[in-house]
Amino acid sequence: MRFVDEFREPQLISKTAEEIRRIAGTERHYRMMEVCGGHTHAIYRFGLKDILPENIELIHGPGCPVCVLPMGRIDDGLSIAQDPDVIFAAFGDMMRVPGTQGSPLEHKARGMDVRIVYSPSDALKLARLNPHKHVMFFAIGFETTAPSTALTMMRAKAEGIRNFSVFCNHVTIIPAIRAILDSPDMRLDAFIGPGHVSTVIGCRPYEWIAKNERKPIVVSGFEPLDMLQSIVMLLRQLKAGEAKVENQYKRVVPWEGNLAALKAMSEVFQLRPYFEWRGLGFISQSALSVNHKYAEFDAEQRFSVPGIRVTDPMAAQCGEVLKGVLKPHQCKLFGRECTPEHPIGALMVSSEGSCAAYHNYEHRKAAMVSLSSIA
Amino acid sequence: MPATAIPESAPIRFRDPQIEMAHGAGGKASRKLVEGLFAPLLFGAAPGPLGDAAHVDMNGTKVAITTDAFVVSPLRFPGGSIGELAVNGTVNDLAVSGARAEALVVSYVLEAGTPTPILEAEIRAMAKAARDAGVRIVAGDTKVVEHGKADQMYITATGIGRPLPGVALDPGSVRVGDRILLSGPIGDHGITILLARGELDFEADLRSDTRPVLPLVEALVRAAGPGIRWMRDPTRGGAATSLNELARDCGLGMVLFEDQIPIRDTVRGACELLGLDPLHIANEGQFLAVVSPEYADAAMNALSLAPGGSEAQVIGEVREQPAGTVLVTTRYGGSRIVDMLVGDPLPRIC
Amino acid sequence: MCLAIPGRIIEIPPDSQDSALVEVVGVRRKIDLGLLQDDPPVSGDWVLIHVGFAMSKISEQDAADQMSTLRMLGEIDGAMQEVQGYGVEGEKEDVSDAGTYESEMPGVKVN
Repeated sequence: MRFVDEFREPQLISKTAEEIRRIAGTERHYRMMEVCGGHTHAIYRFGLKDILPENIELIHGPGCPVCVLPMGRIDDGLSIAQDPDVIFAAFGDMMRVPGTQGSPLEHKARGMDVRIVYSPSDALKLARLNPHKHVMFFAIGFETTAPSTALTMMRAKAEGIRNFSVFCNHVTIIPAIRAILDSPDMRLDAFIGPGHVSTVIGCRPYEWIAKNERKPIVVSGFEPLDMLQSIVMLLRQLKAGEAKVENQYKRVVPWEGNLAALKAMSEVFQLRPYFEWRGLGFISQSALSVNHKYAEFDAEQRFSVPGIRVTDPMAAQCGEVLKGVLKPHQCKLFGRECTPEHPIGALMVSSEGSCAAYHNYEHRKAAMVSLSSIA
Repeated sequence: MPATAIPESAPIRFRDPQIEMAHGAGGKASRKLVEGLFAPLLFGAAPGPLGDAAHVDMNGTKVAITTDAFVVSPLRFPGGSIGELAVNGTVNDLAVSGARAEALVVSYVLEAGTPTPILEAEIRAMAKAARDAGVRIVAGDTKVVEHGKADQMYITATGIGRPLPGVALDPGSVRVGDRILLSGPIGDHGITILLARGELDFEADLRSDTRPVLPLVEALVRAAGPGIRWMRDPTRGGAATSLNELARDCGLGMVLFEDQIPIRDTVRGACELLGLDPLHIANEGQFLAVVSPEYADAAMNALSLAPGGSEAQVIGEVREQPAGTVLVTTRYGGSRIVDMLVGDPLPRIC
Repeated sequence: MCLAIPGRIIEIPPDSQDSALVEVVGVRRKIDLGLLQDDPPVSGDWVLIHVGFAMSKISEQDAADQMSTLRMLGEIDGAMQEVQGYGVEGEKEDVSDAGTYESEMPGVKVN
C-alpha cells in the first residue's frame, strides 16, 4: 500500500530505533504524551514499546473522542432513538459503548433500529432512502471529523432534506491539552502531537504549548516510522533545550490547516460554553453544538433529551487514566469488573482506549518471560 | 449396543440476561455461551476441549459427525452463496476433525414470501457443491415461517463421515517447537460479506474463499499424518480465535510471524480502511494445522503441491511463552497480543 | 485523531465535482471532495481519506523527502561525532539501497 508500506519498512524502523537509543542515552527518563487515540492504537498495533528504550515513557493522552464522552450523552442519544420512527446511525466505534441501559448494540438487540455507518454522508443517504423515518446521526470525533459532519449538514440543507438530524458530540483538542497541562499531577517533557486533527486545524494552535509551557511538540503521522521519527525530533529538541512546534507529518498536514474545513465548521457549529468530559470534568469552550442556522438539523433542538448527568461508578478511575495520571492497570476495576467483554468505562471498549489496548497487550506481557528470543 | 454413559448435567455458568449478536460472532461471547450454558447441561461437568465435530464410537466403528447452521446475509455474494457454504462448511468441519465426509442431511427454514427462483438457485448451488466435494445429500427437512423471520432462509447441515487413517488430533499433544501452518490467505470471506451487505458502500474485487478443504487435508494427512497435532477451520472469529482456543486448551503460546501470514492486498486495504484486524475475519475455505517439526517440511511440500494449496504458509510456531496466548511479531522486533474476537468486528473510524 | 488512510483518485465524475471514486489497494468507494474545494485534486492524485471525505492531498515530494531524511538518520550524527573526534562507531547497517544524496553537513561525505 502506497504511503503506508514505505513507512513500515523494517530495516528503517530498526535503524530509527537505534538512533533513538543513541540520542536518549541512559541517564535521563523521558515522559512523552501522545495526545491522540490513533497514536495510542498505533503504539500497540506495531509493538513500538518493544523497540523503544526503557527510559522513554509514553503516556497516553485523552484524545479518544469515544472515551471522553460521558455516559449521560449516550443515554440521551439512545433516548431519542426509542421512537420507532427514528433510525440511530453511528460509527462502529460507538456501538459497544455502554450507556446506563446498555450499549447501542444491546439496544439493537432489543429492537431499536440501529445502523452502523462509515461516513456521515452514509447517514444522510439513509435519510434519503427512508423518507418515512427520521435518521439521527450520533456524531463524535475531534476536529478531524467535525468538518465532515458539517459539510453533510450543509448538503442536507441544500437538498431540503427534512428527516435528518445530528446529535452533536464533537469536541476540540486544544482545551483537552490545556487541561492536561493544568493538572497538578502531570509531569511531561514533550508531546507527540495529533496528526489528523492537524490536517484541519494546522500547527499554529499548538504554539502556546511550546512558547508558554516550554514543551516541544511534534505533529506526527501514524505509521511506525512516523512515530519513531517524531520521537527522534522530540529528543533532539529536548537535548538542545529547545521547545518548538515541528511538523513531522508534512506529506499530509499543511501548517495553516484546511481553510475549507474550518469554514464548514464555523458555518454549521458554535462552541458550547462548556461541556463535560469524562474524567476531565467541565471544560469551557471545548465542544461544538449546532448553531441556529442549522437548528432544524440539531437533534437536541428537534427532540427533547433527558440531559441527566451520569457519573461513572465510584471505583472507576477513568478520569485519572485519561489524564495519564494512572496507568490502566492501576485502576481498581481494571481486568476484574472492567474488561473488554464487560466494560465499565469507554476506555475499555474503544479500540483507541488505553485500557483496552493495555488489557490486550501489556497486561499479559508482564507475565511473560523475556521476549528477546523472538524476532 | 453398549450405551455410552450419558453425563449428568452440571451447574451453568452463564450470567448474561439476554442473547446478543456477539454470542454468535464466534469469539469470546460465543465461547462463554457454549462453555457456560450448553456444555454443562449437555456434556456434564468435564467435557474436555470442545470441537466442532465429534468422533463417536458406534459398536466399534468410529463415525465422525458435525452440524452447522448457515444464516448468512445476503444469500448470494461474490464467490458463492448460502447453499455452497452449507456443504463446504460441513465438509470442512469434518475434514479438520480428521474425517472424510460421506453424507449430509440438510434442513431448510424458509421465510414465507421468498420467491421460488431464489430457493431453487440455492438448492442447485448445494447440489453442485456436494458433487464437487464428493459428498451425498441423503435426507432433508423443510419448514416455513412467517414473513419477517428467517431472512429468506436459514440452512442447517449435518454431516457424517469416516475418520481418516493415520491421524489422531488432540490439543494436548501440541508441543513447544511445533509449526503452525495456514492453507492460504485469510479474510477473503468475511470482507466479501461485509462489502456485499452494501451498508458501507465499498466495492472490491474480492470473492469468498468458500471451498472444500478436504483434498488439502487428505494430502496433508498422507504426507504428515503422524505429525499433525490439531487442525481447525477458522470461520467466525477468524484465525485469532481458533488459535486462542488452542492456546487455552494446551496452555502454550502461539507465536505468529506477521510477514508470513498470507493476506491478499485487497483484504489488507479493506481492513486498514475499516480498522479491522484480518486475524479476526471469518474464512470459509482455509484451515490451520499444527504439525510437529519433524513433519513440517513434508506437510508444507504436500500442501503447496496439492491443487489449491499453493498459497499455504508456515505462519508461526508454538512456544512456551506467552502461555495461553497468541502473539504476533514483526520483523523489526515489535509484537502485539491478539485476543479472541470480542463482539462483532465493527468497522472503526477512530 | 482518527483512522485516515491514503487512497488514489481513480475517477471524478464530470457531473459532480464534489465527489470522486477513490481506490485503496483494490477497494473502491465514492468519497466527498467538499473539504478540498479550494484546491481540488484531479484523477491520479493521492488523498487522505477519513470517514468518506478527502481531508488533504498527499504530497509525494514530502513523502520522498521524509524517506531520504530517515535513510540519512544516524549517518549525520555519526558523521558529526567523527568530525568532533568522539571516534564512536558509525552505522554498521548497509544502506546501499538509498543511492546518493546530499549530506546536510558541507564537506562531510556520507556514503
